[in-house]
Amino acid sequence: MSDGFNWFKYSSPQTFFPLAGKLAAVFAVAAAIACAAGIYIGFFVAPTDAQQGEAYRIIFIHVPAAWMSMFLYVVMAFWAGLGLAFNTRLSGMMASALAPTGALFTFLALWTGSLWGKPTWGTWWVWDARLTSELILLFLYFGFMALQAAIDDKRRADKAGAVLALVGVVNVPIIYFSVKWWNTLHQGASINFTKAPSMAATMFTGMVVMALGFWFYSIAAALLRARCIMLEREHATEWAVEYVKGLVRNDGVSPGLKGV
Amino acid sequence: MNWGSLDNFLAMGGYAFYVWGSYLVTLGLLVAEMVALAQRRRRLLGELRGRTGVREEQL
Repeated sequence: MSDGFNWFKYSSPQTFFPLAGKLAAVFAVAAAIACAAGIYIGFFVAPTDAQQGEAYRIIFIHVPAAWMSMFLYVVMAFWAGLGLAFNTRLSGMMASALAPTGALFTFLALWTGSLWGKPTWGTWWVWDARLTSELILLFLYFGFMALQAAIDDKRRADKAGAVLALVGVVNVPIIYFSVKWWNTLHQGASINFTKAPSMAATMFTGMVVMALGFWFYSIAAALLRARCIMLEREHATEWAVEYVKGLVRNDGVSPGLKGV
Repeated sequence: MNWGSLDNFLAMGGYAFYVWGSYLVTLGLLVAEMVALAQRRRRLLGELRGRTGVREEQL
């Protein structure tokens, strides 16, 4: 780096911990703003759909949630793989921090999809390629979390989880291309990189703004969880002890949420 | 988009259950995750404070 900024400085928990706290606050605010803007566009700017009426407005959370479910899995697998390859302890913590938020968005994609399927397809659920592979993604997240929770030695838990996360990553392209590869009830991709969007520009904008909001939210949630994991795993180290002492000093009686 | 009235808006063209069922559950779960994270942090710091053995009089 020519400007002398050292990224590796933040690859250890004690230096990343305070940075993560500041970033989480920034991204939480950005998420709130983007989601509010996305909801405004989704309900007050985007027109009624000619075929589906108002039911289509579920798209503004369904598609962003589905994107996040896949994207977060890939990011999780990336961190897990990095930890496996370089044995860096922060990588495993980041992977663990992403899993519950990824599972949350996977559940929301399935939930909103079900609520959208009933009025438009006439059924809550169908065992087709898109829906089934998304359900498998949810189980992969659960499997990752259960496996990590079952192993007491955290470094070993990271390694075992990383193998599962990396093997499971093959499911992500299967979800994404399932609507092309198989004949399914689910409609094709909403956004196509080779064609112009087939929807009104305002619908597209609402979806993208909402996706940004979910993305910022995920960053904030993962960083807040990573901070908890860092403290849990490294509570005996000097930086963690100093941090807790500092909170007690500032706070007097009990360390609450101050000093974020 | 002009909904005309609040009733029309809430009715969502007859799809109120599906649309609001999606949005409210999403909002609820995102808020719940944030609350759970705040609780996890508070509980953790409470435990760690006990473990570091820091007392008011030592500060």
